[in-house]
Amino acid sequence: MVPGRFPFMSNIRVLVAKPGLDGHDRGAKVIARALRDAGMEVIYTGLRQSPEMIVSAAMQEDVQVIGLSILSGAHMAIVPRVLQLLREREMEDVAVVVGGIVPDEDAAELKKLGCAGVFQPGASLDEITGFVRSAARAR
Amino acid sequence: MLHRTLSGIPLQNHYGPEDRRAAEPAPGEYPYTRGIHPTMYRGKLWTMRQFSGFATPEETNRRYRYLLEQGQTGLSVAFDLPTLMGFDADHENSHGEVGKCGVSICSLADMETLFAGIPLGGVSVSMTINSPAAMIWAMYLAVAGKQGVAWRDLNGTLQNDILKEYIAQKEFIYPPRPSMRLVTDTIEFATREAPRYNPVSISGYHIREAGSTATQELAFTLRDGIEYVDWAIERGLLIDEFAPRLSFFFNSHSDFFEEIAKFRAARRIWARLMRERYGARDERSARLRFHAQTAGCSLTWQQPHNNLVRTATQALAAVLGGCQSLHTNSLDEAYALPSEQAVTLALRTQQLIAYETGAPLVADPLGGSYYIESLTDRLEADALAYIERIDAIGGMIPAIERGFPQSEIADASFRYQREVERGERLVVGVNAFTQSDEPPIELLQIDRTAGDAQVAKLRALRASRRQSGVDRALDALRDAADANRNMMPALLESVRAYATLGEMCDVLRERFGVWVEQAVV
Repeated sequence: MVPGRFPFMSNIRVLVAKPGLDGHDRGAKVIARALRDAGMEVIYTGLRQSPEMIVSAAMQEDVQVIGLSILSGAHMAIVPRVLQLLREREMEDVAVVVGGIVPDEDAAELKKLGCAGVFQPGASLDEITGFVRSAARAR
Repeated sequence: MLHRTLSGIPLQNHYGPEDRRAAEPAPGEYPYTRGIHPTMYRGKLWTMRQFSGFATPEETNRRYRYLLEQGQTGLSVAFDLPTLMGFDADHENSHGEVGKCGVSICSLADMETLFAGIPLGGVSVSMTINSPAAMIWAMYLAVAGKQGVAWRDLNGTLQNDILKEYIAQKEFIYPPRPSMRLVTDTIEFATREAPRYNPVSISGYHIREAGSTATQELAFTLRDGIEYVDWAIERGLLIDEFAPRLSFFFNSHSDFFEEIAKFRAARRIWARLMRERYGARDERSARLRFHAQTAGCSLTWQQPHNNLVRTATQALAAVLGGCQSLHTNSLDEAYALPSEQAVTLALRTQQLIAYETGAPLVADPLGGSYYIESLTDRLEADALAYIERIDAIGGMIPAIERGFPQSEIADASFRYQREVERGERLVVGVNAFTQSDEPPIELLQIDRTAGDAQVAKLRALRASRRQSGVDRALDALRDAADANRNMMPALLESVRAYATLGEMCDVLRERFGVWVEQAVV
C-alpha cells in the first residue's frame, strides 16, 4: 500500500505526537479520538518524544500526516527541527500540522517553514478533521 | 441548553425543603461541611497567592516582589518544564524549554537568587513541583537555613502529589512505588522537622484541567489522599502526627453552584474518612484545608477580556466554598504566561471580592440553600461510589496501572468537547457570540537569553564548587536510596554541596528507573 499514490483507496494514517517535555495531553487525545471516529487510522505516540523519535515513527507507521501538540512555548525550537528531519529523510510528502499555544507571528513563520497548518486554542474538531483529511489527500 | 451541571448532574427547575436532609452542623464543627473554622474569613482572610515564575530566578524574584507590593499575601512558585522533569538547563531535553513555562532552578544557587530579599520566615511559599519535589524542598530548606530561619517556623506548601501526575499532569520521572516512598520521606521529615509546613498538596486541579468532571476531581483527589495516608501509616507515623498537615488543591471551574457544593462535599467526605476510616482524634486531622485556582482550561483565546469575568465568578465560587488560599488566572491565559498588567487585574479581582462584595463576612453564606445542600449530597454520594470502586481495584496504584482514572478522564474530556461541537454547550466567543475583528493584547515576552544565562551559570557553578563534596553527597543519596532510608538528609547534604537538580535526579533515575506511560486515548 503506497499512501498518497491512491489516496481514495487507502486509509488516511495520522501520527499524533507530543514533542518535548510538555505533558499536557488533553487536546492531543481528544483530536486522536476524533480523527479515529472520522475513520482515520491514528497512532498516538505518547509523551516526551524527540523530533527524531517522531520522524522515525512517522516513517515506520507510513503516515500521511503528523500532528504535533505543543503547549509549552517550545514550538519554535521543535517544529523546525521536525521539518528539517523530514527533508533530510526525503519525507517531505508528509504533512505537518501543529496545534497548541502558538502566537500568530510564530504560526505565520511555521507555515513559511513548511507547516501545512497551525491550530490555535478554540479550533473545532470538525475544522481540524477536515483539514487533516485534505492535507492527507493532497499528498 | 443542557439542564445539567457542567459535570452532567441533572437539575430540577427549583429545589425545596424536600431536596435536602437535616441541617448541617455549624462552620467549625465536624464534619466541617460548612467550613473548617467558626469565623472563617472574619478570623483570617484567604491567602492571595498568585502562581508565578518565568525565565531566570532574577526575573522571577522581581515579579514576586512586585506581587507582594501589590498586596499579594503568599508566594507560589511556578517552575519550568526542565526543572519539573528533573533536567538541568544544559540537558539536551531542555533545549528551547528553559524558562518558558516557569522559572529555571538548577541548584541551590538559583534558589538563593529566587528568594533574595524575601524573608522566608515572614511569608508562606507554595511550590508547584512533584517528581523532584524532595530535591527542590531541600534547596528551599537550605535557603531558609542560610537566612537564619528555623525550619520549625516555616510556613509553606510543597505540591509533591505524585499520584495525580500519573493520572493527569504527567510530570512523572520514576515509577509509582519509589515515588510514593520519596513522598513518604518528605511527610516523615516534615512531621519531625518542619511541623508548620504542608509537605503535600493533594490536588484535583490538574485532574479537572485534564477534562474530568467535578465528581471525578473530588473522588480521585480524596482517594489519592487515602493512598498517602496509608503509606505514611505503613511508615510508622500516627494519623494525628501528620494528617493535620495534609493540604489540598482544587479547581474552581465555571459551574458556580456545582463548585461550591464540591468544596463542601470535599470537607465532609474527608472529615468522615479521617475519623471513621483512620480513627483520627485530633480535630485538625479532620479539617480539610485547600488552595483553589480558577479554571485555566475554561479561558479562551477568543475575546480574552471575557476571561476576566470568568475568573471573577470562579473566584467568587471558591470564596463562597471556603478556600484557604486562592490563585486567580490572568486574562491572557490562553496566550502566554501572565503579563504584569494581566496578573495585577487578576489580583485585584480577589481584592475586590474580599473588600467590596461582603462575601467574606459570613461563613458558608449559601448553607441551607435547598439547591446547594442537595448538590452537596449528590456530589458526596457520587464521589464515594468512585472511591469504593478504586478500593475494590486494590487502591490508587493498581487503578493507575490499569489506566482507570486516566480513561475516565479521557472519556469525560471527549464528551465535553462533543457537547461544545454540537452547540449543546455554549462557550461565549468560541461557538457563540463570535467576533472576527479583535484587537491584539500585549503579551509577556520571555527573555530568549534565559536559557543561555542558565547554562552559563551552570558552567560557572560546576567550575567553582568542590567536586569531592558533591560526589560524597551523591554517594550518600545513592546509599540512602539502596538502604531504604529517608532520603531527605542526603538530599540536604547534596544541595548544600551545590549538586545540581539533574545530578540528584539522575542518581535516583539510576536506582528507581523511569516510568513510561501506557497511553490511554
